[in-house]
Amino acid sequence: MSADNLKKTPLNAAHRALGGKMVDFGGWDMPVQYTAGVIGEHMATRTKAGLFDVSHMGEIWVEGEDAIPFVNRLTTNDVTNLVDGQAHYSALTNQRGGVVDDLLVYRFNQDKLLLVVNAGTTDKDWEWITSHKKSENFTLTNASSDYCQIAIQGPEAVGILKTLTNTNLDEIEYYHFTTGRVDGVESIISRTGYTGEDGFEIYADAESAEQLWNKLLDAGKAVGILPCGLAARNTLRLESAMSLYGHELSDDITPFEANLGWITKLKKGDFVGSDALLEKKEKGLVRRIAGFEMTEPGIARDGYDVYIADKRVGYVTSGSPAPFLKKNIGLAFLPVEFANEGQEIKIDVRGKHLSAKVVPTPFYKRQK
Amino acid sequence: MSNIPENLRYSKDHEWVNVDGEIASIGITDYAQHSLGDVVYVDMPRVGDKFGTHEAFGSVESVKAVSEIFTPVAGEVVEVNDGLNDTPEKVNSDPYGDAWFVKIRMANALEVDAMLSGEEYEEYLSANA
Repeated sequence: MSADNLKKTPLNAAHRALGGKMVDFGGWDMPVQYTAGVIGEHMATRTKAGLFDVSHMGEIWVEGEDAIPFVNRLTTNDVTNLVDGQAHYSALTNQRGGVVDDLLVYRFNQDKLLLVVNAGTTDKDWEWITSHKKSENFTLTNASSDYCQIAIQGPEAVGILKTLTNTNLDEIEYYHFTTGRVDGVESIISRTGYTGEDGFEIYADAESAEQLWNKLLDAGKAVGILPCGLAARNTLRLESAMSLYGHELSDDITPFEANLGWITKLKKGDFVGSDALLEKKEKGLVRRIAGFEMTEPGIARDGYDVYIADKRVGYVTSGSPAPFLKKNIGLAFLPVEFANEGQEIKIDVRGKHLSAKVVPTPFYKRQK
Repeated sequence: MSNIPENLRYSKDHEWVNVDGEIASIGITDYAQHSLGDVVYVDMPRVGDKFGTHEAFGSVESVKAVSEIFTPVAGEVVEVNDGLNDTPEKVNSDPYGDAWFVKIRMANALEVDAMLSGEEYEEYLSANA
């Protein structure tokens, strides 16, 4: 098993030192889990804190006076609604209304935006974004390899991070951010995450990655923080019914189909894909992502077919045991008429048609 | 390094068998449970089911993945470890003890001789894993 050809984050050696089980994740050598295992890591994040290396994510700066109109022309959410120090979830769409990628858009000021995109799609996104630049007045910078990104998530995350920064974290609202020092390292401190828990995502220069990672682990030791791998990241986001690109989202799936109408602002004016999305909206939705849970023993996995009365009606986009809920859950593409709560469905689990039912999402919602 | 008891025989699919007369207990190895991660579900055959050599007789599922388990030896299932339904995590904590999956009455006990010894299995792991 050679990891030589894989891309590495600045924390690669730290993961190995912690006993991380390394796997090829879309060309990146990443820890799928550490010694505690996926269930332990998942539970630590729900009840205490979890630390995640997400340095493989891509960072793209858009700077200049036309930054906001440009990003607004490429993404579904309305960038003009953002204030300085605020971020939002959005999608890059193609002319057909399919999703090129889902991303976070950070507004530093009216001339400076940061786009944070998925690791596996960073090159595709960069090509897509640069190909849409006309003679507008702004610059694009792919800074992905300059940054590390570390997520600290869970009910104890705020308390742990407080011990390493003078920044008033209580003033940072959900989906807001500020710049400040963490253990002396200049960072972007963002109250965002992909777990369904309160917490922060910290961006800093790649050279400081090990320092931040080790300090955060040390600071959280007393409350039981655990380093968490990609497996726990996936089960945590699935319990929270957050989309994963390549599963609930793709170039052939519209935001509406993925229940992302709330980030699709057709009234803001034209953007790439808006005509197609408007047309699809008027015609009405044919299929959408719905949550389900198994009602008999068995685990639905990605790609398994969904049946109603012996007719294949859809497929599972993400399926897994849910460690906190202790149920077997999943997201599936279903015709809208079969996507309502309580609908009984069958999942083809390697030849056996096992019972499941459509349930509301998110499966898990934290107590505020 | 994986725990590999010397008194068992091993398959290249990472099952072990423990032979007692014509009865073979079958489970998965420490290496296999470690590769799978946290086991949350096992799917097993019924007593009386018959399997040929190297047939899938059940599956073991971790949070991350599902893996079929194969019969290293042909025969008829005479006992199933139902306890694993309630405590599948025993596959992780005690793969060679409490977490046996089935007991099979072997059709041909000589098949065991073709399986790997502990030492051979260890060599196989270091060469292939």
